[in-house]
Amino acid sequence: MKELDRLREVMRRDRVFDFVAEKRMPFATGRHTIVPGELDISHGTILYVEDITVSFDGFKALNDLTLYINDGELRCIIGPNGAGKTTMMDVITGKTRPDSGVAYFGQTMDLTRMSEYEIAHAGIGRKFQKPTIFPFHTIFQNLELAMAADKRVWPTLIASITGEQRERINDVLEIIGLKDLRSKEAAQLSHGQKQWLEIGMLLMQNPRLLLVDEPVAGMTHQEMDKTAELLKRLAGDHSVVVVEHDMDFVRSIAETVTVLHEGSVLAEGSMDEVQNDPRVIEVYLGE
Amino acid sequence: MAYRSFTLEMMKNDKGGKVLLLVLLALIIFVPSLNLFTSTDSVFHVSTYTLTLLGKYLCYALLAVALDLVWGYCGILSLGHGAFFALGGYGMGMYLMRQIGDRGVYGNPELPDFMVFLNWQELPWFWQGFDMFWFAMLMVIVVPGLLAFVFGWLAFRSRVTGVYLSIMTQALTYALLLAFFRNEMGFGGNNGLTDFKDILGYDLQAGSTRAVLFIASALALALGYLLCRYIVTSKLGRVVVAIRDAEDRARFIGYKVESFKLWVFVVSAILAGIAGALYVPQVGIINPGEFSPLNSIELVVWVAVGGRATLYGAALGAVAVNYGKTYFTAVLPELWLFALGALFIIVTVFMPKGIIGLREQLRKKRSEMKKADSGEDTSDSPQSEGSQ
Repeated sequence: MKELDRLREVMRRDRVFDFVAEKRMPFATGRHTIVPGELDISHGTILYVEDITVSFDGFKALNDLTLYINDGELRCIIGPNGAGKTTMMDVITGKTRPDSGVAYFGQTMDLTRMSEYEIAHAGIGRKFQKPTIFPFHTIFQNLELAMAADKRVWPTLIASITGEQRERINDVLEIIGLKDLRSKEAAQLSHGQKQWLEIGMLLMQNPRLLLVDEPVAGMTHQEMDKTAELLKRLAGDHSVVVVEHDMDFVRSIAETVTVLHEGSVLAEGSMDEVQNDPRVIEVYLGE
Repeated sequence: MAYRSFTLEMMKNDKGGKVLLLVLLALIIFVPSLNLFTSTDSVFHVSTYTLTLLGKYLCYALLAVALDLVWGYCGILSLGHGAFFALGGYGMGMYLMRQIGDRGVYGNPELPDFMVFLNWQELPWFWQGFDMFWFAMLMVIVVPGLLAFVFGWLAFRSRVTGVYLSIMTQALTYALLLAFFRNEMGFGGNNGLTDFKDILGYDLQAGSTRAVLFIASALALALGYLLCRYIVTSKLGRVVVAIRDAEDRARFIGYKVESFKLWVFVVSAILAGIAGALYVPQVGIINPGEFSPLNSIELVVWVAVGGRATLYGAALGAVAVNYGKTYFTAVLPELWLFALGALFIIVTVFMPKGIIGLREQLRKKRSEMKKADSGEDTSDSPQSEGSQ
């Protein structure tokens, strides 16, 4: 058994070999440096999801799901209800633990071993399906709370806002178009504005990867256009994964589309390729 | 100077808090002096009974402020906060018992009466050190804090929330009630600890000692209020409210929710313990009845009546309800429990923000009526649609 454990240690991808890691020194390999706890995207891939299976009472929400997201990419994920889109996000953000499979953030961070707040610190931001903001705080305070900072208890108690941070919040207010409403309570915002505020909160975290669940549900056409613009602007600096039902919206933003069906990937490619795929047509137009 | 401007910043926009602190200041100045320096037949005389009663209310108010911190701001409805109050009380009680010395009925210099009665030969280990005031005061803080830490650590880490958590806190205080009832526990069984003689060498029955205890209670309430006010106006306070309103969101933007809840819960338990310690020398007894679940529920009613998430509202509620209780139990003792129940229903149904929120509610209603009276076209305001 001991040998087996040792072997497992060697196989772990979130660590260098023990004898090296113990020194806690940045370890220079031929091409790049590995620093524990720092995002390593030297291979151009920011998210690895491999062979993930999640079942609830025998129902397989995810079935051997394998998916890779490149750094800076804007990826849309579509699929009929129950295809496992939200469960996938739960696995990536640490809310649900998979029965089997691995999920890595960059080369080194094993998401299946990290808790929600650790994953958030590592640089993954998540927007929920239903806009979730802090209703009794002002817009400004919502962004302040989301801001990347030391989020442990004692430092939070004595934290005060610096001029630089204030500027950063103002920048984000500008991006999400809520500058004039900054002192308003978030509860008073319209549905669309709440969605933007939530995206703004993700931005304040300085994430590398944004998971956005149904950003345009319940939006008017103008709001949708504005959201599309916002998400496109974010891609590049950030990797963005959008889960969405609205096909027009997906068409307007997508570079690459992944179709999920019954917990695994059915097809992947550009919007046109995917729409002409006979298997996709079958799933969407009914068996 | 920096310190001063900081305090001012914190109290800005806190009208209710300023009023509370001014009232406390007035109480500290006038009540003890009217008690000690006026003759008993003067109209201005405050009897020692009234002084002690007010001191008791102040302890309750501090307890209510402590509960408001966890319930009003963090959304943790603790139905067992009376347990922390009682533990603080027992800490003080143990010190006061040791102060009796050989003046007890059995005259044993070391053992309190109830231990002699139980034929115990020596002081149990957990009574050691309680002859020293500083040690007892340390325990008043450490014991409730530690219990809250262990309980909270287990509960919050397992993500127990809402009604389930409330039931567990209730079970906690009930379990302690049963445990403290047992003679073998070594806390005086169902009689509890009583017959106290003096504190720090001063006679507990003396008017001046009573006055000092009253002042200490008022100061504790003022400092407790300021501490809670500092917490809720800090960024941590905003995080805690965020956790109350959208726990998952707070977690996914990177806050370790369990730690924040635990921190607030422990701070609140410590304040409750201090309130209990000040309460015991004024009422002269501590017994397991203080652990009774009913006490903790009453405490929740105080906060609800005063107004949640305001801090000063909790203090007001505690005093108002307890004044009502003192009055009712004297005039119509059998009706008090009904009155309490009715009060809770009325408050939750008609005054969700308590007494503090009442003014705002009335103002809103008045402005609505004014609008309707002045014959403006009100068809666009949804509230008046029904009357048209």
